[in-house]
Amino acid sequence: MSASSIKKENTDYEVRADHAMCVNESTLDRPLYTNIKYALLGMLFGIVFVKAEIVSWFRIQEMFRLQSFHMYGVIGSAVVVGMLSVFLIKKSGARSIEGEPIRIESKKFNKGQIYGGILFGLGWAMTGACPGPLFAQIGTGALVITVTLLSAIAGTWVYGKFSNRLPH
Amino acid sequence: MLDFLRQPWPWYVAGPLIGLTVPALLLLGNKTFGISSSLRHICAACIPARIPFFRYDWKKEVWNLFFVGGILVGGIIASVWLNNPKPVAVNPQLVSELGAYGIHNYSSIVPADLFSWPSLLTLRGFLLMVVGGFLIGFGTRYAGGCTSGHSIMGLSNLQWPSLVATCCFMIGGFIMANLILPFILQL
Repeated sequence: MSASSIKKENTDYEVRADHAMCVNESTLDRPLYTNIKYALLGMLFGIVFVKAEIVSWFRIQEMFRLQSFHMYGVIGSAVVVGMLSVFLIKKSGARSIEGEPIRIESKKFNKGQIYGGILFGLGWAMTGACPGPLFAQIGTGALVITVTLLSAIAGTWVYGKFSNRLPH
Repeated sequence: MLDFLRQPWPWYVAGPLIGLTVPALLLLGNKTFGISSSLRHICAACIPARIPFFRYDWKKEVWNLFFVGGILVGGIIASVWLNNPKPVAVNPQLVSELGAYGIHNYSSIVPADLFSWPSLLTLRGFLLMVVGGFLIGFGTRYAGGCTSGHSIMGLSNLQWPSLVATCCFMIGGFIMANLILPFILQL
């Protein structure tokens, strides 16, 4: 779906799913405190980020200069484990612990994945961070990275403002 | 045990743990893994400005904000209780290259020589922190996801658009690190 296809009659879900890999598939209305489990999972994830030095600017520079296997090993093995997990979940028809059937939407190709992908790649090598690591970097005490995070939020906003005029 | 956890974790421990985030989120509540969307939800919550792209019920995605909040707390825990006192060990070639630009401090996750409040007022620091950050936010949304949404979740689900996006992330990174960054670091 392209950004220009957002119209008033679109459902809330369709707007959220526009240009997003990550959409909340749940239709259950759960109380706010149930989200604490996601905070705990995020916390474990943040610890891995820092301890494996994935959020280190130096490690990112090594990766883009082909000077170390470390980052390729991390991403590669994460994808293999992720693929196996998704395969098993689909095959077994597993449900979430809240009892919902698990659904994963397919994604359509658009040129934004090329243009946006390259622009993000440039920013990744400059800051040594993707969106997740920005939060982890701030956590390690690099408070100046809040400026980078605010700038990333501004970048997202500018994209949202002009998305219907950009080639997709 | 604590000493064991304090040393840098190898890729074959970290990678599978990151991969397990995918089934963990699916099983915990039917959530697809992705982080850059959090930036969009922050826009939708704080500065929607009647833009159609931000006019949705962000509260339905509030779990994502809890998740990134958790990442920040994880960063605090890792640096306070599991801190590795040794500087990050990188390829000596990189050390000599960066040394030419006056980057010698390897003690923290982000190089103190480049990312600091005073350097924010220099052209080099402004480009790296402010312009770099803008490209992250703009590029990930334009691409419809980041390294987590496309490269991990998307590839795990065998989505070829995610493979295209991942290749483009790498192309952008190679161009910046090898062709453009040397000029920025010289500033």
